[in-house]
Amino acid sequence: MASKGTLTVLNLAGAGKLLSRRAFSTTRLVGAKQMTVRDALNSALDEEMSRDEKVFILGEEVAQYDGAYKVTRGLWKKYGDKRVIDTPITEMGFAGIATGAAMSGLRPVCEFMTFNFAMQAIDQIINSAAKTFYMSAGRVNVPIVFRGPNGAASGVAAQHSQCYGSWYAHCPGLKVVSPYNSEDAKGLLKAAIRDPDPVVCLENELMYGVQYPMSDEALSSDFVLPIGKAKIERPGKHVTLVAHSKAVETCLEAAKELAGKGIEAEVINLRSLRPIDTDTINKSVVKTNHLISVEQGWPSCGIGSEILARLMESEAFYHLDQPALRLTGCDVPMPYTQSLETAALPRPVDVVDAVKRLLKVK
Amino acid sequence: MAFKTSLSCACNVFFRHFSRTTLKSSPITQPKFPGAKTSWTEKLQFTEPSQYTPIPVYRVMDRTGNILDATQEPQIKDEILLKMYKDMSVLNVMDKILYESQRQGRISFYMTNYGEEATHIGSAAALTLDDLVYGQYREAGVLMYRGFSLQDFVDQCYGNSDDKGRGKQMPVHYGSKDLNFVTISSPLTTQMPQAVGSAFALKGTNKVVVCYFGDGSASEGDAHAALNFSATLECPVIFFCRNNGYAISTPVNEQYRGDGIAGKGVSYGINTLRVDGNDVLAVYNVTKLAKEYAVKENKPVLIEAMTYRVGDHSTSDDSSAYRSPKEVADWATNDYPTKKFRYYLESKGLWNGDKEKQLLEQTKKDVMSAFSVGEKKLKPKWTEMYEDVYKFLPAHIRKQRDSMVEHLKKYKEHYPIDSFQK
Ligand SMILES: Cc1ncc(C[n+]2csc(CCOP(=O)(O)OP(=O)(O)O)c2C)c(N)n1
Repeated sequence: MASKGTLTVLNLAGAGKLLSRRAFSTTRLVGAKQMTVRDALNSALDEEMSRDEKVFILGEEVAQYDGAYKVTRGLWKKYGDKRVIDTPITEMGFAGIATGAAMSGLRPVCEFMTFNFAMQAIDQIINSAAKTFYMSAGRVNVPIVFRGPNGAASGVAAQHSQCYGSWYAHCPGLKVVSPYNSEDAKGLLKAAIRDPDPVVCLENELMYGVQYPMSDEALSSDFVLPIGKAKIERPGKHVTLVAHSKAVETCLEAAKELAGKGIEAEVINLRSLRPIDTDTINKSVVKTNHLISVEQGWPSCGIGSEILARLMESEAFYHLDQPALRLTGCDVPMPYTQSLETAALPRPVDVVDAVKRLLKVK
Repeated sequence: MAFKTSLSCACNVFFRHFSRTTLKSSPITQPKFPGAKTSWTEKLQFTEPSQYTPIPVYRVMDRTGNILDATQEPQIKDEILLKMYKDMSVLNVMDKILYESQRQGRISFYMTNYGEEATHIGSAAALTLDDLVYGQYREAGVLMYRGFSLQDFVDQCYGNSDDKGRGKQMPVHYGSKDLNFVTISSPLTTQMPQAVGSAFALKGTNKVVVCYFGDGSASEGDAHAALNFSATLECPVIFFCRNNGYAISTPVNEQYRGDGIAGKGVSYGINTLRVDGNDVLAVYNVTKLAKEYAVKENKPVLIEAMTYRVGDHSTSDDSSAYRSPKEVADWATNDYPTKKFRYYLESKGLWNGDKEKQLLEQTKKDVMSAFSVGEKKLKPKWTEMYEDVYKFLPAHIRKQRDSMVEHLKKYKEHYPIDSFQK
């Protein structure tokens, strides 16, 4: 057996109580204003709509109903029918209309009720939105945002519970962001709207209602985050945990538990899946000598596969003390039963267990 | 050289024909373009939607259950009429109880069928068990009429060990191979082209495929593909649209313009019927006619059943945000399909207040008992999670399963293992 390489560990290992992880604790900054991810997305939309009248929103139920998950709350009242548009149920149709509007100079934000339904529209996203700039030799750009909830929700089974991170991250021409907390959500969505290229913004339904602190800077209407830069959510020196979206929270919880055992995990929040911030990951690995990627998506050709492959191709590879690991969702369609659903996704105990195995501690 | 010669020959032939036709004085009355069979006009004008007479709504009864034209009263045996009425009522009671159970957090999701009972039962009664049904999700009555028991419904919603779907799907995503009812799939309208594919496969077998869909789903591209292909491939399929006025919060006037869903049928070259979806006898008649025609001619039929969604879209919806309670109450009190049918049965002497009371009491008991039995059943064996991804369990999935088995041996006490089948 090669001493270096990758070893797939699925999420099955790990001792510990099967806790209901439906309620989340978050680090609270004293005095900082708390904001839900939903409100952060809403204020990003609101600010960008008032800043640039070319920005408009379309999708199913986004206007009078305020969006299936209420992300567009109040925007129809404020901006009216012209800029917040309810569409018939035709994802391929409204994604195409949005793409065409972007080709003609507007800045559409195309909301999918969930990314599961964007499967109906994926030809418009990839064959048209992502490739038109290239195919037109740079004459027609497509400044569009495709956004909506992505990944596993709760108790909605196989057809409503998958992560499209690696699907979209695979495609040149697209940029892909996957915010974790409220600051991410606001800063990345605003950057996406201002970006000259098509951006896919993968949100998470289970995070919409969760509150996170917002710095003064993040509250400002000038706040944007750079697409393609990861963030070190928690510094550490023994092991690097890389994740995006809800899995960042899984890693932070695991890191907290590990800290009690004297293990300092460095948690990297990717924020952006394309481009992916290889530098930040590699620098961290040079420091910690251990890497585990954690994601809710499936293992094959996943975000973790990409991270590990890139590491393998870099100098940082020689700094690994152990083969890097991937923790992913179980390689089956999402089961409906709640206890199996929980078991099919990486939990903090799985991360803790993987870290202990990697570091060879009991 | 050879090429040149044959080309000039072709030209000669062409010109000969050309000159002969131009010389003839008799005018050509019909255009010969392959793309449309129609006439010429020298008048420049739009064909306006307003010049078109909308397809009328076929009905048998008025709102109080009176037969309007005696020749249209279907000849249905009393026992069948009573089964139809009973199923409509049972559906109602089941909806109430399962809706409540979602509210109490016992199941994750539910969708009621209030107001659309006649579309389900009227159509189901006109079909046979051989016919293949594709539903959207709000067709529980069809499945009930075909023999899915209360226990079957409850078991599916609980995803317990007797659930035919082995706990793999969300509540209301029923399916039954025995009853020829294809398992409900969440992404809208995907069932429509699939139904055409099935009908293509069943051509000439005297069976028909019935595909239910909503007014909102009709907007998906798949609806176009399905209607068009069914016509060109000449498939025995009945497209049954439940036009209930809303798609979640989107009212039909934002969903489409023109003469509803029925109006589209004719332009696809499909025989079309529009029916009062709150009149169970009318729904029965149109479905029967549709089946006879589809099977005999190997051709599709489009039925648009006009109805109203009296309940919320689902347990994730609160419809008071987009429609007035008065509007809902108006349909619930003045044109409720079950009530209309009851008036009819009473006028025939088949039903009365006592029977009604008895039926409701018995049904409530039956639903409650199915409910408490279903709730107590174990979940399917947890290894089910790894089954049916592929026909034969591949090595990598077996490895995942085996490591979970090992893991559970060690850490049994941390898992709700007792709630799963051994
Ligand atoms: C492809 C796809 N897009 C969106 C949805 C979300 N969705 C579920 S039901 C529904 C409304 C459907 O309305 P309609 O077809 O009129 O049926 P009804 O609910 O009125 O019976 C929507 C938008 C979905 N399930 N699939």
